[in-house]
Amino acid sequence: MSADHIPEDGLPPPTGHAGMRRWLRERLFSSPLNTLLTALAAWLLLMALPPLVEWLFIRAHWTGTPAACRADTSGACWAFIADKHRFILFGTYPYEQQWRPMLATAIMIATVVASGMRRFWNAGLVLIWVAGLAASGVLMWGGVLGLARVEDTLWGGLPITLMLSVFGIAAAFPLGIVLALGRRSRMPAIRTLCVVYIELIRGVPLISLLFMASVMLPLFFPEGFDIDKLLRAQIAIILFTAAYIAEIVRGGLQAIPKGQYEGAESIGLSYWQMMRKIILPQALRLVVPPIVSTFIGLFKDTSLVIIIGTFDLMLTVKTAMADIAWRGFSAEGYVFVGLIYFAFCFAMSRYGRALEKRLGTGYSR
Amino acid sequence: MADAIIRMSDVNKWYGQFHVLRNINLEVARGERIVICGPSGSGKSTLIRCINRLEEHQQGSIVVDGTELTNDLRQIDAIRRDVGMVFQHFNLFPHLTVLENLTLGPTWVLKQPLAQAREAAMKYLERVRIPDQADKYPGQLSGGQQQRVAIARSLCMNPKIMLFDEPTSALDPEMVKEVLDVMVGLAQESGMTMLCVTHEMGFARKVADRVIFMDRGEIIEENSPDAFFDHPRNERTKLFLSQILH
Repeated sequence: MSADHIPEDGLPPPTGHAGMRRWLRERLFSSPLNTLLTALAAWLLLMALPPLVEWLFIRAHWTGTPAACRADTSGACWAFIADKHRFILFGTYPYEQQWRPMLATAIMIATVVASGMRRFWNAGLVLIWVAGLAASGVLMWGGVLGLARVEDTLWGGLPITLMLSVFGIAAAFPLGIVLALGRRSRMPAIRTLCVVYIELIRGVPLISLLFMASVMLPLFFPEGFDIDKLLRAQIAIILFTAAYIAEIVRGGLQAIPKGQYEGAESIGLSYWQMMRKIILPQALRLVVPPIVSTFIGLFKDTSLVIIIGTFDLMLTVKTAMADIAWRGFSAEGYVFVGLIYFAFCFAMSRYGRALEKRLGTGYSR
Repeated sequence: MADAIIRMSDVNKWYGQFHVLRNINLEVARGERIVICGPSGSGKSTLIRCINRLEEHQQGSIVVDGTELTNDLRQIDAIRRDVGMVFQHFNLFPHLTVLENLTLGPTWVLKQPLAQAREAAMKYLERVRIPDQADKYPGQLSGGQQQRVAIARSLCMNPKIMLFDEPTSALDPEMVKEVLDVMVGLAQESGMTMLCVTHEMGFARKVADRVIFMDRGEIIEENSPDAFFDHPRNERTKLFLSQILH
């Protein structure tokens, strides 16, 4: 090596390579086109933001009567939400008993949050679920422990949306994995069955499945036999989502090199041991992003049960809007439930990203 | 051969139209060490992969330690418990630590208690001279270290037969020796039956009882290492040796 290749003592970083100014110049004004786009975006924000803030907050009516809201429509009428939020959140559940669905919802959320924490990833998780489900069931139905009986036809709002999503995810995920494995099975009968299932279910919209579950299915039931309408909607959602999960998981399985199967087989692992310990942990880690997207999609798609008259969050807010006294404040209602949907979906999205990071262990890239 | 641990008779295999194994007859004695060489595509990897049923043969019979390989899954599992395999690309499990890679088979397949499996794993890691890497992930090790972990992983199952499928051909040159050293030690100390597909002729001379040369799916020539390298009989063998020995 010649002498002039020996590096000199480290120089300080050149000035102007850090800080606000540089960031602005690089990101926003690096070329004439970028400068133009920045100006355009700034102008649009200036046009849109102040009126929005004014409507949302400054001129909004936080309390008051519908008449007061109607007298000045330049601000949002949050008084509508203040008056109706109990109905939107809990539907037709008896008013003075609504602490029960509230507590049940909290328990359900806590159960899901616990499932997401690695420290609970053991046999104890089953107990947590059993306890969580039993507690929410008792709270919702009542009829024991001195709680008044409340039929599930009276349930509504947030607990319904959460229930459909939580059970949807908890059941569709394992079902989807089984379908994905089945589609890659060596046994032609199993493979065909899974392909037919996946293609059939994926080929129809969720709405039509819900219709079938609520209208057509009972036609096939024997006289006097009936499954709860809510349960039928739940099953439709599970079957629908499982087909999508199956295809995502299959993609993950295909990304696992053949050598992993051979390595597992060569030490004598059985098919299920190999899948459980070697293949699925790697395949599922690869597909965390699309799986989370599917779950978020499922959460929002539960709003489609509105068409079979199940009182989920979407239907309760629409019913609240239909109240003659509060006619004309649908924007406020949609903003309110929109925020609720967003809060849950955003939480799922953040959790997905955290999970990806955590499962990255051992892959030095 | 009376005490043959592997007996292949008239084994044939096709990949579609391609006849990859032709009338293979091979008997391996207990404790025998065999090196298989031959040009690329000659079927040597396929041959040893048939022994633990990673590949299926279509004609003939393969009997491993008294058990014939058929479609019966229980027999395949039984044979795989007794046959260890080391791959060209290691095939370690990247999501598990080195120690977990080693204890997985013993705890799940042999139903050993975890403590016992760990103890055995550490013993084998010492034998392949990397006990200090036990808690790392495979991706953090060099190629040579990974291959030694793979050898230890097979040994943890206490196999009667070890198959090596080009164990050094994916390694950087400076790492070949550390892996070969481990394999030589294994051959000399354990008395285990070994079948090794490799072009490492120094290794073959040092440890092999027999060298087998394959070309186009056939066993062309077999002999003791010295006779094989010094006095090849077949023209194709001579050509092959002249190409790899430069």
